[in-house]
Amino acid sequence: MSFVSQFKAQAQVMTGDLRHRKFIRRALRNYETVRDARKASFQDWPGARQRAAETKWQAVNHLDQHLEQFAAKLESRGTKVHWATTAAQAREIILKIVHDKQAKSVIKSKAMTSEEIHLNDALEHAGLNVVESDLGELIVQLRKETPYHIVFPSMHLTRDEISELFQRELGAAATNDPEELTMIARRALRKKYLTADIGITGANFAIAETGMISITENEGNARLTAALPKTMISLLGIEKVLPRMDDLALFLPLLATMGTGQQLTCYNTLYSGPRQPGETDGPEEWHVVLLDNHRTELLADAEQRDALHCIRCGACLNVCPIFRNVGGHTYGTTYSGPIGSVITPHLRGLQEWKHLSSASSLCGACTETCPVKIDLHHHLLQNRRNAAKQKPSFGEQTAFKLFAFAANRPTLWNFGMTMARIFQPLQGAVKGSMLDPAKAWTKTRDLPPIAPESFKAWWRNRK
Amino acid sequence: MSERENILGRIREALKVGALVPGLHGHGQPASASPLSSPRQWLPKVGDSFDEQLALFAKNAAELKADFQLFKSADEARQAINSLRDKEKWQRVGGHSGDLTDAICPTLNLPLLRTDRPYDVHELEACDAGISECDALIAQTGTVLVTNRSAGGRALSVLPPHHVVLARRDQLVADLPAAFALLQQRYATNYPSMISFITGPSRTGDIERIMVLGAHGPKKLTIICF
Repeated sequence: MSFVSQFKAQAQVMTGDLRHRKFIRRALRNYETVRDARKASFQDWPGARQRAAETKWQAVNHLDQHLEQFAAKLESRGTKVHWATTAAQAREIILKIVHDKQAKSVIKSKAMTSEEIHLNDALEHAGLNVVESDLGELIVQLRKETPYHIVFPSMHLTRDEISELFQRELGAAATNDPEELTMIARRALRKKYLTADIGITGANFAIAETGMISITENEGNARLTAALPKTMISLLGIEKVLPRMDDLALFLPLLATMGTGQQLTCYNTLYSGPRQPGETDGPEEWHVVLLDNHRTELLADAEQRDALHCIRCGACLNVCPIFRNVGGHTYGTTYSGPIGSVITPHLRGLQEWKHLSSASSLCGACTETCPVKIDLHHHLLQNRRNAAKQKPSFGEQTAFKLFAFAANRPTLWNFGMTMARIFQPLQGAVKGSMLDPAKAWTKTRDLPPIAPESFKAWWRNRK
Repeated sequence: MSERENILGRIREALKVGALVPGLHGHGQPASASPLSSPRQWLPKVGDSFDEQLALFAKNAAELKADFQLFKSADEARQAINSLRDKEKWQRVGGHSGDLTDAICPTLNLPLLRTDRPYDVHELEACDAGISECDALIAQTGTVLVTNRSAGGRALSVLPPHHVVLARRDQLVADLPAAFALLQQRYATNYPSMISFITGPSRTGDIERIMVLGAHGPKKLTIICF
């Protein structure tokens, strides 16, 4: 099945699933309240957004300089920096490190880039034991699913479903108390931290000035992943750079506010090297893998370059009426919601993924909420335009040619309208079925009746 | 050619065409081109006086479910940590050497696992609490700023189930920009390999978005300030 028919079929199922829609709405209601309170606590939220947008513009529009500075600083403190153009190269680099270390087990903290390159599959295929340590990621890993949401991977599951999963996969006792369920995961993972050979993390920001990565989290799992295993690997997209360390004074609260409605998340940690002389713990070796994977192609599209400003807060997903109704898995992509619909065609092919840009109400809620001012809903329109320009649709072109032909010939037009008035009542009999020429529209909607009299006729006959 | 050169080459090629700065409608230069401007003017307000900042830190800590205890003297702090020991029946604690820890920890009269010299993580995992110093307390966010140099390594503040922070009153700073300025001033020539902003005890909301404390890190965070 093609990606588009898969999307359509799944979207139809999900929009009809009222339980799911209600559950997601409820889960996001509290987020909306706390997020708004946090935004209000800023002295000047619009100013903060503008500053963040400009800082990311600086970072992305001088990306070459910042990356060189970032890599040089890291290398000067003993970190090994790797560059990967493709997902396959990134997997090879990581597999080679794992083989060199003769590693058997890997503990991972949340990294969407690792989902993007399907790292877990590659590691498991190579015979390694891989465990996700973020609670939400662990839950979807045990279910053999992809994350539902880039910030809340397991937000689609009820506590009962999670309890059942833990009983089946972890041999845990039955409980539907969120606290007890969390403690089951805590106990299960403790041993893994202490015995894992390799720790793999992502990064939220890469600081060019000082050669540091910054990891934002709540659970402490990334802190442990970066403290206990002997070898640490961090995988990040090249667009993660920020010019200066103190830019974080704005970006950390911005990300927390929009991501989860917190003032700051529990742990925001900067790493600038492996264990240094005189330090008593931390990894002996640290590898940083910089991933392109079509990001430079998005960079080359100056019109949509700002999509690389994204800090992956997930705020646009949370406000999107499409996401809230079709759910995260329907997209079939690593990055879902508005930002996913904008960037996936660039990362994975415009023609195969253009349908995501049409699954939009163009309400602009995403653009309005984005903390770094990405012009999301206009980029959806640009994707549609680019896709049509690249590969025009025969059906659409023919339809418009026929319309133009008829509309330019009043006699033909009037004849057509008269016929339509006569035959429209018959449409009711076949509405939505295979016989209905307007099936795609009328399956879920009514065709309004054609006016009994045209405007021209009314004007002529008026008293 | 290496992948590094390939990637940098593609970036330079792509950047030959300029992109508009968001929100400026095609006019003007981004303000952040000036490294002198501070984000302080946009961030949440912090009072000017020390007392206001202290009150704000206490309020934030309470919201975060961290236990902030303020004392007038080291003696009172010793009593407080002893009562924690008795209440939670500590058998063994992790810690490191420093002005504050050396002044307070001996009163516990418990075996102390030092993490500022080579140690076994399994032993640290078995400790009931980790006692550390910090670099600063941040009033704006209720955050404890630690580095692996100031707080006994990377694991002490996150592996044991209870993290106890010892801090002096004068370690309180107003906001995040001040905290970064302090880091620059203190470490710019040689940064510790880990710097962590700890804001409340570990938590998760991954099950039905309901908050649970103690996901993987400490379930409790106690800040003893004197």
